Amino acid sequence: MSTHISDATSGAHEEIGHSEAGVEQKHLGEKSADWVDGRLGVYNLAKANLRKIFPDHWSFMLGEICLYSFIIIILTGVYLTLFFNPSMGEVVYHGTYTPLQGIKMSEAYKSALDISFDVRGGLLIRQIHHWAAIVFVAAMLVHMMRVFFTGAFRKPREINWLFGFLLLFLGMFDGFMGYSLPDDLLSGTGIRFMEGAILSVPLVGTYLQMFLYGGQFPGNDIIPRFFTIHVLLIPGIMLGLLVAHLILVFYHKHTQFAGPGRTEKNVVGMPLMPVYMAKAGGFFFLVFGVIAFVSAIASVNPIWEYGPYRPDQVSTDAQPDWYMGFSEGLIRIMPGWEIRAWGHTLELGVFIPLVIFGLMFVVIAIYPFLEGWITGDKREHHILDRPRNAPVRTGLGVAWIAEYIILLVGGGNDLFATHLHLSIDAITWACRVLFFVGPVIAFMVTKRWCMGLQRRDKDKILHGRETGTIKRLPHGEFIEVHAQLPQEELFRLTAHEQSAPAELPAAVDENGVKRKIGSITKLRAKLSAGYFGPQSQIAKPTAEEHAEITSGHGHH
Amino acid sequence: MKKLSARRRHPLAALVVLIFALAAVGSLYAALAPTNSASADASQSLQVEEGKRLYQVGCASCHGLNAEGTKDGPSLIGVGGAAVDFQVGTGRMPAQQPGAQVPKKKVIYDQGQIDQLAAYVASLGAGPAQPVASQLTGGDVARGGELFRTNCAQCHNFAGAGGALSEGKFAPSLAGVSAKHIYEAMITGPQNMPSFPNSTMPEQAKKDIIAYVNHTTNSDSNPSYGGMTLGSIGPVSEGLFGWIFALGALIGVAIWIAARTPKAKKS
Amino acid sequence: MTSQDNMSEEHLPEAAHGHGGGPVVSKDGYFADPGLPPHEHRRTDIDEKAARRAERQVAMWFLLSMLATVGFIASYVIFKPGPTHHVFIWPIGNVSPLNFALGVTLGISLFAIGAGAVHWARTLMSDEEHIAERHPIEATPEVREQVFADFRQGSKESGFGRRKLIRNTMIGAMAMVPLSAVVLFRDLGPLPEKKLDTTGWKAGMLLKNMNTGEPIQASDVQVGSLTFAMPADLSEDDEDFQERIAKDALMLVRLQPGDIKDKKSADWGYHGVLAFSKICTHVGCPISLYEQQTHHVLCPCHQSTFDLSDGARVIFGPAGHALPQLQIGVDNTGNLEALNGFTVPVGPGFWERSE
Repeated sequence: MSTHISDATSGAHEEIGHSEAGVEQKHLGEKSADWVDGRLGVYNLAKANLRKIFPDHWSFMLGEICLYSFIIIILTGVYLTLFFNPSMGEVVYHGTYTPLQGIKMSEAYKSALDISFDVRGGLLIRQIHHWAAIVFVAAMLVHMMRVFFTGAFRKPREINWLFGFLLLFLGMFDGFMGYSLPDDLLSGTGIRFMEGAILSVPLVGTYLQMFLYGGQFPGNDIIPRFFTIHVLLIPGIMLGLLVAHLILVFYHKHTQFAGPGRTEKNVVGMPLMPVYMAKAGGFFFLVFGVIAFVSAIASVNPIWEYGPYRPDQVSTDAQPDWYMGFSEGLIRIMPGWEIRAWGHTLELGVFIPLVIFGLMFVVIAIYPFLEGWITGDKREHHILDRPRNAPVRTGLGVAWIAEYIILLVGGGNDLFATHLHLSIDAITWACRVLFFVGPVIAFMVTKRWCMGLQRRDKDKILHGRETGTIKRLPHGEFIEVHAQLPQEELFRLTAHEQSAPAELPAAVDENGVKRKIGSITKLRAKLSAGYFGPQSQIAKPTAEEHAEITSGHGHH
Repeated sequence: MKKLSARRRHPLAALVVLIFALAAVGSLYAALAPTNSASADASQSLQVEEGKRLYQVGCASCHGLNAEGTKDGPSLIGVGGAAVDFQVGTGRMPAQQPGAQVPKKKVIYDQGQIDQLAAYVASLGAGPAQPVASQLTGGDVARGGELFRTNCAQCHNFAGAGGALSEGKFAPSLAGVSAKHIYEAMITGPQNMPSFPNSTMPEQAKKDIIAYVNHTTNSDSNPSYGGMTLGSIGPVSEGLFGWIFALGALIGVAIWIAARTPKAKKS
Repeated sequence: MTSQDNMSEEHLPEAAHGHGGGPVVSKDGYFADPGLPPHEHRRTDIDEKAARRAERQVAMWFLLSMLATVGFIASYVIFKPGPTHHVFIWPIGNVSPLNFALGVTLGISLFAIGAGAVHWARTLMSDEEHIAERHPIEATPEVREQVFADFRQGSKESGFGRRKLIRNTMIGAMAMVPLSAVVLFRDLGPLPEKKLDTTGWKAGMLLKNMNTGEPIQASDVQVGSLTFAMPADLSEDDEDFQERIAKDALMLVRLQPGDIKDKKSADWGYHGVLAFSKICTHVGCPISLYEQQTHHVLCPCHQSTFDLSDGARVIFGPAGHALPQLQIGVDNTGNLEALNGFTVPVGPGFWERSE
């Protein structure tokens, strides 16, 4: 490693310099570093981390997009709080935007208008804040998919998966509250929806609603309360989770894809200082720059167009921001079930979607533990799976995404109806059917696809890759020349582990006594067979098989 | 011929074509129209008479010979001239094919003929008449916005971009719709749109709404301050744009950052 | 990825065959790890001219950023805020010049810093791959034993397990202390009581047209028309206007009496004039997408569809029950008035709602 050698020589140079000066004169930078170390002990921290190695892959940077958009949201959000007035007090507008002249509105809405029209750059900051929020949640979802499909959530990273999950969950709700704050017609409709959803909760719904809104809808409290939750409570918790998330990333060291020189016991890549300081630091500016540019060219949430909120007014296309779109879909495709009995009403048309909404998140949160239990794998994993080599997991992930997309379509059913000239009722019915069928089809197709890719890998290993070179044999037959894969590639394609399904304990124990096998044990064995059975993995070729084929008839 | 085709890009070419086309239409009309229409008397009864002839050619097959209505089209007795002017003036009538809703199309009658048709239908029974210019102007945009959000936005969307109704029906976009047609739609309630008669929505309120619609659907008077409107259909298109362009660009950047710098060619 | 890139000329068939001995085999019978491939130099690593060119490129990015920041400040000073200032920019549209100029310059000034830094890292910083060892996260058995021993020692010294009285009272105290916090939240809002069951409508209350603010003559409501109404005692200037309109908003339609299928609904109307709550029974959106030919009314939020000719029964979508109807008649001047308040709660359903 040439760098180390050069470091050593330059160090030697400095020493000589010092001795020439004759005094133990330390550099100012060094002196201040010593001062800090004397109080905080930073040298030990720096020793472990300054040259920390990170592997290079574009998909490892998705999390950074989340981190940076979060920072952008905080920076722009702080700016917005300087001008925003989260009050539902009523005023008559006499500002610069003439189409709302003389209209009654809340102070929250008026201050949001003022930010948009009278504060120079206010509209830009508002738009950056909103676009960054849209990107933030989208990036979190994509980041989560990357972690899921590569199996990066396995031991020892399950807890970090939970932190990430909580960040996604909280990020969505904080976004929803931000959308509610300007008190325009659209955001008020969202708050109204929330009232209905809370009221549908059995037993305590009305109490929760009264306590949250400070009385009957809409009251005067909901926006100030949302404001505090939006700017203080949730971001505070998220900041804590974020720090914990990053500390764990550093502590666990990053995962890496299989490849020559990469093992479960090492990490191969480039050092934090200088390469990742420049790349990751630079990426922050790139993310900020792209979002600022998007905010310059594309309008987001033009609140002046919506008008102020009034509970008796509404505009069609009443949708939440995209990340709440799937819950909108859930509620739109739900049939209007309601149970009325013994003087009570159970509003299933709202409550069931609310429960499914929760379930869709719970399955994300518990999946690592579920998979760990099924596979019984207690080892650490730092080499990532290729999605094809874990067909069941990949299939389940795609099934979840399919469900999510179906619900997003359901949430935008009115726009699909107008833009594709379809009947809204037909789209809703299609989504109702697909809600059940879609994920199953997605799972089966994905799993088969993965198996096909595994087969192709095996072919490639045993028979080499197609070169595109056509050769004519002496007897006139044309064949395509296959090239043997180089060792690195052979290793990379077979580096993954293949587990055997868990076996049920013998029906009779060593003393000849019949053993009782619990139904949970049986279920687990079944699930394990689903993950690792012959229908879920193609045995990877051994070197012996390879040798047989290659020596048998030479290379094709 | 060659000379002619060489001049087809001349700035005046379009004008010449237009004049020819108008002349052709005019002479065709003169040939087809009953001869007594040549008399210069533009009295009301003549208008009605002309309208009736046009009606019998273009409308009677669905609405019945005496506008009494058939299974294919409703009775037109008492719908008034405003309804005719709206339906025919926006090309919705004559309808082309049955469907959930009759959409607007190319207008096939000229305004003179539409007026004649309107006069004929108006003569069948009292109904809302076509507005005069003074009924369409002088509205207040801010008040109109308030009324629009109470009465119209639920179907036509906050920016007049239109929206979905049940079973494939829809509320059309209001962009580019003339003040007269907006007025007529409000007063007559075409197709599934409810009417907003003067008895419950006074003339002034209609003027206000017209002023607001004209304001809000026109990008000169209602700029999209923040950038592209993305269709003015709310968060759905914003989300799509954010995913495809913002997140897409960022992933592209990430790929650039992580990509291997090309190695020097071994020579 | 790496090996794909490396698969250039030298890996063509003959060359590959030239490996001779075939792949290296690992102990378990699979292909062995050939180890990290040797580091290859980039152009900038070996060609000083290329390196200097890269350096200039990085500097250009940073310079561009400086220029854009100057542009940002200039835009801030030059362009005026406010809705009267707009300019057409192809293909974006008619936009605020201030927003556009600030956004573009800010975007460039930030992007250029990032691009410069990344270009610097990619071309001039060492791209040699390093290997760092991972260390097991789990502690060694000795450490584990030590921790357990320490814990037992501490636990023993505290007497926590032995002195049950202390333990139990402490758990009790800790369990009770959060109750204070729970109690403190009681004043967040009033108890629901019967608040959601009632509206501002009561017998004798006139209907007020939302468009005009005037009472409504029954004869003014035409077949096929749609009118919105609120109680005559409610004004937009009222302190509680928002809370009341959230429950009291009415939708007024007139059907041909023969078209009304539900007898009770017809009776509660006045010569075919029917008054329904405008608040959707699903989650409370103001429902008013009225199709006058089908008499269906659709909610723009979740597409619950109600048939106004049949007692506002739900015919599609997630709403669970019909829109409440207000019984109306006319007073002695022919103005529409409520003959009764709503007999069922309006708006979304809730647990205590009885019908």
